[in-house]
Amino acid sequence: MVTAAKEKTVACNDLDPALLVRAYRVMLLARATEDKLASLYRAGMIKGGVFLGKGQEALSTASSIFLKKGDIFGPLIRDQAGRLAFGDTVLDTFRTYLGSAKGPMRGRDGNIHRGRPREGYYAMISHLGALVPVVAGGLYARRLRGETGVVGVTSIGDGGTSTGAFHEGVNLAAVERLPLVVVIANNQYAYSTPNSRQFACADLLDKAAGYGIAGFKCDGTDPFASLETLQLAVQAAREGRGPQMVVATLLRLVGHGEHDDAGYVDAALRQANVGRDCLEVGATQLIESDVATADDIAVWTKEAQAEVEDALNIAQREKGPDPAEEDWQAISTERLADGHHDLEDE
Amino acid sequence: MSVTYLEAIRAAQEKALADDPRVFIYGQDVGSFGGAFKATKNLAAEFPGRVMDAPLSEDAIVGLAVGAAIEGARPIVEMQFADFSTVGFNQIVNQAATLYYRTDIPCPIVVRLPSGGTLGAGPFHSQSMEAVYAHYPGLVVMTPATVEDAYSMMLEAVSIDDPVIFCEHKLLYYHLKADKLPDTAQPVGKARIARAGRDATVVTYSAMLHESLQAAEDLVEEGWQIEVIDLRTVKPLDTDTILASVARTGRLLVVGEAWPWGGVNAEVISRVATEGFGLLDAAPMRLNARDTPVPYHPDLWAAHRPTASVIAARLRQLLTQ
Repeated sequence: MVTAAKEKTVACNDLDPALLVRAYRVMLLARATEDKLASLYRAGMIKGGVFLGKGQEALSTASSIFLKKGDIFGPLIRDQAGRLAFGDTVLDTFRTYLGSAKGPMRGRDGNIHRGRPREGYYAMISHLGALVPVVAGGLYARRLRGETGVVGVTSIGDGGTSTGAFHEGVNLAAVERLPLVVVIANNQYAYSTPNSRQFACADLLDKAAGYGIAGFKCDGTDPFASLETLQLAVQAAREGRGPQMVVATLLRLVGHGEHDDAGYVDAALRQANVGRDCLEVGATQLIESDVATADDIAVWTKEAQAEVEDALNIAQREKGPDPAEEDWQAISTERLADGHHDLEDE
Repeated sequence: MSVTYLEAIRAAQEKALADDPRVFIYGQDVGSFGGAFKATKNLAAEFPGRVMDAPLSEDAIVGLAVGAAIEGARPIVEMQFADFSTVGFNQIVNQAATLYYRTDIPCPIVVRLPSGGTLGAGPFHSQSMEAVYAHYPGLVVMTPATVEDAYSMMLEAVSIDDPVIFCEHKLLYYHLKADKLPDTAQPVGKARIARAGRDATVVTYSAMLHESLQAAEDLVEEGWQIEVIDLRTVKPLDTDTILASVARTGRLLVVGEAWPWGGVNAEVISRVATEGFGLLDAAPMRLNARDTPVPYHPDLWAAHRPTASVIAARLRQLLTQ
């Protein structure tokens, strides 16, 4: 049942060059967006935390780029790239970080806690693993309605695999044989906690066999390998072969959040294959496989940076929410609102 | 021909399934077995594929319901006992309860909690969790005390767009009976004057309604007329009806089966004290379960929760203050 995909570091013939270009440009856009977020944070222009996915852009892009309209994507902390590939915008990213009332969360939630659930883009809560059964539930409802060929992808890290919610969610999805792809980014640390203090199995992929679902393994620093692996996994789910687990190995190239200097990361890991920057790997792959030139990549990089500047200019001019205009209602059925606030507008 | 509180809950779920194809039921043993208490008896056969056994995963059960609700379904999930909802607590209070506020997408799920103490049930099959869930913004908390309310409030729970914690009392399941299911319903969110009186107000809900009504009855021969209010829902809390009653009687006793600290009773008294202090002729009183886990032994259990005689004794104190 468990099939480990071959780890590849060279160009894959099965992938459409146009897709490779699109994926790489998403990665560039995510990196440019996050670089800007980091500088905004350092300048004190963002309230609250900034949580980046530097080093995980290849895997994250691959997670959602094979999804179609009508599919479900439940991204997590380090999925700026996957969010963009699924249809989120740089503008909505800045709106949410800056608290614009025009953003999808309207200032009621911030940073990575954003989504547009009606469009299949679910908004994570902070509790790791909690999104797994929710995406499973979305797929369950689609199946009840008679829809076929729908796929849901959700992602998690090595730390999140230790939660009860992850276990319950994956097991339930397996029992229900739902078309769920769970992408595990093993970035070696959960905040500061290394793999050795997180799990005792030889390989996280061993968990797939335990749940009775298919498993894939890939080098998350390798864009082509990540794309190839996710293409297989999403296709298998779409064809009705039940949940698929993907375990990718990589290294978070930033702190847990921008407040964290990641001084706990083993220097040897940074020098090892796992510490490669997937954007550099991807550039080499595109050039060596004649999909793009170094000049192309330079142009795309500039275009990504320009798109980021434009979006930021818009978001920075937008107002935040006005407390006096808020309805302060947590339920939608007005007649059932308890309506008891000790704080009233004076 | 009579119908029990449990049969009313089953009948309401049956009607909801028949009336609305978006409704499904998911929970442990709810399928062909019909549920631990038989609240879903025969429904799996009647509605194939829509009444499904779940793995023993309360977190994932509620999480699945939230995801399904996002996609337009109207799931009813059964926690086998209210006590076990703690395992699904995170999905209820952080996922379901925040969804509408955060994303503007309503979350129409019903979480059924077989609640409250029964003989010999002990610490982990007896809890009353309504105050815990009422504490969180974003949830409606229903606590039906009658067969009619069990039926009509379950139907309303399924039909409204918000997450509903449906606290159904296990002690009422079998012995509380009505002649028939109701054709009409009182609006949800409004308390009901279960017994009119002029000397003191008892505010209560769920199984404690029946203990309180018995206490009121016992005081008749002593010349007291006790008004008993059934809250029906603890969130929203119908403060207006409570204050109007206290305005008539000047005396308030609040009775509940849950633990005292920060509970429904504390909230009722807090609101009356802050909004209706001048209406009170005496300090308000409350009766809760004792502040220990719910004990197993019948003699300990009987002394752990308020009963009609305890309520009557407390009312005598209140009336002579």
